[in-house]
Amino acid sequence: MSEEIILDINNLRTSFFDDDGEIKAVDGVSFKLPKGKTLGVVGESGSGKSITALSILRLIDSKGKIVDGSINFKGKDLTKLSTKQIQHIRGNEISMIFQEPMTSLNPVYTIGQQIRETLKVHEGIGKEKGNKRAVELLQLVGIPSPEARLKQYPHELSGGMRQRVMIAMALACKPDLLIADEPTTALDVTIQAQILELINDLQDNLGMSVIMITHDLGVVAETCDYVAVMYGGKVVEYQDVISLFKNPRHPYTVGLLNSIPRHDIDVEDLEPIRGSVPSPKNMPKGCHFAPRCPFATDLCNAEMPSLDHLGDDSDVRCWIYSDRWDGDPEVNVVDQKTTS
Amino acid sequence: MTAEERVEPLDDDKRKKKKKDSPFKRSLKDFYRKLKKNKSAMVGGYLIIFLILVALIGPYLTQYDIRQPDYSIKFEGPSAEHWFGADHHGRDVFSRVIHGLGITMKIGLLSTLFGGLAGILIGIISGYYGRKVDAVIMRFMDVLLAFPGILLALALISILGASEENVIIAVSIFAVPTFARIVRGSTLATKNLEYIDAMKALGASDIRIIFKHILPNILSPIIVQASLFIASAILSASGLSFIGMGVQPPSPELGAILSEGRDFMWDAGHITLYPGLVIMLLVLAFNVFGDGLRDALDPKMKK
Amino acid sequence: MFQFIVRRLLQLIPVLLGVTILVFSLMHLTPGNPAHIIAGESAPADTIKQIEERLGLNDPIPVQYFNFLKDAIMLDFGNSWRTSLEVSEELWPKFWVTFELAVYSTIFSIFIGLIAGIISAVRQYSFSDVSIMLVALFGLSMPNFWLGLMLMQWFAINLGWVPATGWGTPQQVVLPVITLGTMGAAVVARMTRSSMLDVISQDYIRTARAKGLKESIVIYRHALKNALIPVVTVVGLQFGSLLAGAVLTESVFAINGMGKLVIDRILARDFPVVQAAVLVIAVVFVFVNLLVDISYKFLNKRIDLD
Repeated sequence: MSEEIILDINNLRTSFFDDDGEIKAVDGVSFKLPKGKTLGVVGESGSGKSITALSILRLIDSKGKIVDGSINFKGKDLTKLSTKQIQHIRGNEISMIFQEPMTSLNPVYTIGQQIRETLKVHEGIGKEKGNKRAVELLQLVGIPSPEARLKQYPHELSGGMRQRVMIAMALACKPDLLIADEPTTALDVTIQAQILELINDLQDNLGMSVIMITHDLGVVAETCDYVAVMYGGKVVEYQDVISLFKNPRHPYTVGLLNSIPRHDIDVEDLEPIRGSVPSPKNMPKGCHFAPRCPFATDLCNAEMPSLDHLGDDSDVRCWIYSDRWDGDPEVNVVDQKTTS
Repeated sequence: MTAEERVEPLDDDKRKKKKKDSPFKRSLKDFYRKLKKNKSAMVGGYLIIFLILVALIGPYLTQYDIRQPDYSIKFEGPSAEHWFGADHHGRDVFSRVIHGLGITMKIGLLSTLFGGLAGILIGIISGYYGRKVDAVIMRFMDVLLAFPGILLALALISILGASEENVIIAVSIFAVPTFARIVRGSTLATKNLEYIDAMKALGASDIRIIFKHILPNILSPIIVQASLFIASAILSASGLSFIGMGVQPPSPELGAILSEGRDFMWDAGHITLYPGLVIMLLVLAFNVFGDGLRDALDPKMKK
Repeated sequence: MFQFIVRRLLQLIPVLLGVTILVFSLMHLTPGNPAHIIAGESAPADTIKQIEERLGLNDPIPVQYFNFLKDAIMLDFGNSWRTSLEVSEELWPKFWVTFELAVYSTIFSIFIGLIAGIISAVRQYSFSDVSIMLVALFGLSMPNFWLGLMLMQWFAINLGWVPATGWGTPQQVVLPVITLGTMGAAVVARMTRSSMLDVISQDYIRTARAKGLKESIVIYRHALKNALIPVVTVVGLQFGSLLAGAVLTESVFAINGMGKLVIDRILARDFPVVQAAVLVIAVVFVFVNLLVDISYKFLNKRIDLD
């Protein structure tokens, strides 16, 4: 990774506090994002991927808190900025779009008002010029007859259109980084493809970096350059996208890959990962994946492995690749069926 | 056979008892379990019990005759002998308030009971039988609801005349539509559940379905509504007495005490201070209980 | 939208008919012959007969009701049995006094209630939140006529800042408005708080923050406007009950409004006036509720998520 790094997250910990104590939603996440590239953050719900995304812009609600770690963005540690400074970054240098386009726009303001608001707060652009820019933005994201849309309210638009508006709003101030938190999950399949394509095109044209939060490896394959796989609040594997699909290292990644339908495999041969994600209140003591892992040994159950660099640009958090591995030395993670 | 039964063989008598845990009892148990979890509902509940005890026992413990004038202490302020002072006839305000607490509470409880029962009955009939019956009944309820709060009571009092019984009647009449609406809604929701259809298919009578299955299901919202309504019934009833359209002096009903005392505010403010505080405490208790209960029963409302 | 309004107006017809029937029966359920009440128990039979004739008391009940309805629509409520003046002549000046009192009190409760509710919601579980909600609970549980007496005791009798009774001058308006508006303020505060808390957890509030807006703008521009929608309903319903609840406040401060008129005339058994007053308040109440319904529907139109 010789490119310029735009975002470097190091040992991020975000916890929620309630009457029952601390819930570690993000538990020591680290990854890097090279400039102009797309990083996929993949995991099941509860893996901490969305909380990681929200932590970057410090949008965690009042019960949650970043307790440790750093988020370096263009030389600044976002966790240490004042409220005013982070507000200057939000929507300006880093933008975010969300999973639910239906509810993510304010129902009582027009599309135009909501786009202009972003331009006003960061660039001090007034109404007239703001309208012009808003039209350009709506054109950019492929919304037909943008002048008319400006005066419409969100309820007059379909989900796909609303997500386009969200993207237009996010791009208003030409951000360096776009965080897309499951941007297509709530949309129809055909619309999904359009939105992903739009994000890809925009990225190429504008030179943005993108973090794509998703549970869908199909989305990753289509859009990402690098992938961080998360499980139980931790990154378990980090690779470039081609290596990940060709040569997955972590048993969880392999499990994920085996559970997506492919045209060359019969549906009956799909291998869902057995068991379910542990609750953050009740994490296993050792490797968080151990209870569901077909290769788990005493060591896995007793101790959490560290995220180790394996050469050829991949990091993996698994005992199998360490000197202390106490299981079958010939183990082949890709071939889960023979061992389970 | 459940595991429990295998471990501990019940004798016939016990088993019958267990089986006979009626839907009402189960519903009440569930209700109590939720109640216990909500602190403010518990506080309100204890306060209500305390006030009921004071109203029941208090009158036997007060040492002054509430009707006997003693002009030597007329307008006397609060003291060790007369905690709330004395009024314009030299009667002990504390004793009168303790007696009045019971009267005011009785009016609130009885009017809610009568109006509530009528409302429940009407609501169930309306919700259960639906269609034309429902349309006619609900239009009639709309008419009653078109009279804001105390106005309907006033109109009724103007016909019936001002007395304690008539206040109860007047207030209970505007309880009817409030209860009918809530019960109708809950009945409608319950009626369409699948197991009710199954009961009908098995030949259960309407009465049986209503009493064994629908009523226990809607018990909780009714209790919440009753508690909140008692609070407003007490406010309305004491208000009617205050303007001379309710319980008449020399009765120590709290509103009536205020009605008498207001003429002597220039001489003795304490005559009006304490009865009002007690009304507030009473209303507060039922409001807190009802509020807490609603939160406990409906987690959506609690944020 | 237009269809909705028409439908709601049509639905009003049976309700208004029911209201008039109920009010009409008031007089007929009353024991005693109206003619005797007007002329006195010892009046000669001739006079009684004359009065019965004039009031149409010998007509069949449905005919009497129909005449009553016809006149009521024209705002003609007949003549008072006591003063012989036209009822509407007596009623309207009093109605406007009560209306004024209710309007000022509503404004008071909106103003205080909104501020308190917003502070509470924004600082959830803080000391100010807990104290505001506690005060609101007391405001909700206080008999307003007693609050009126206490305010009068302090500010009029003990401190002498304002006159104890009457209506008209700004000084005279203060205490009655606080008296009548306090419960409303408590209701509005509680509603605003829960509505704000509900809105603050919505996705679009997160979007507003993600845009880089200041927290104050997020709260006042994005959250408040949405949170106000359910509050509108509460305020509308409040207004209706304030109109009726004014009876007690008017009694406390000896304000010569409709409430006092109703009480006086109930005691004097002057039923045409009582009838008219009750009818007017009920009809206003019904229409205010309709307005609330329509405005709620209108405001909520945009929010209706599919």
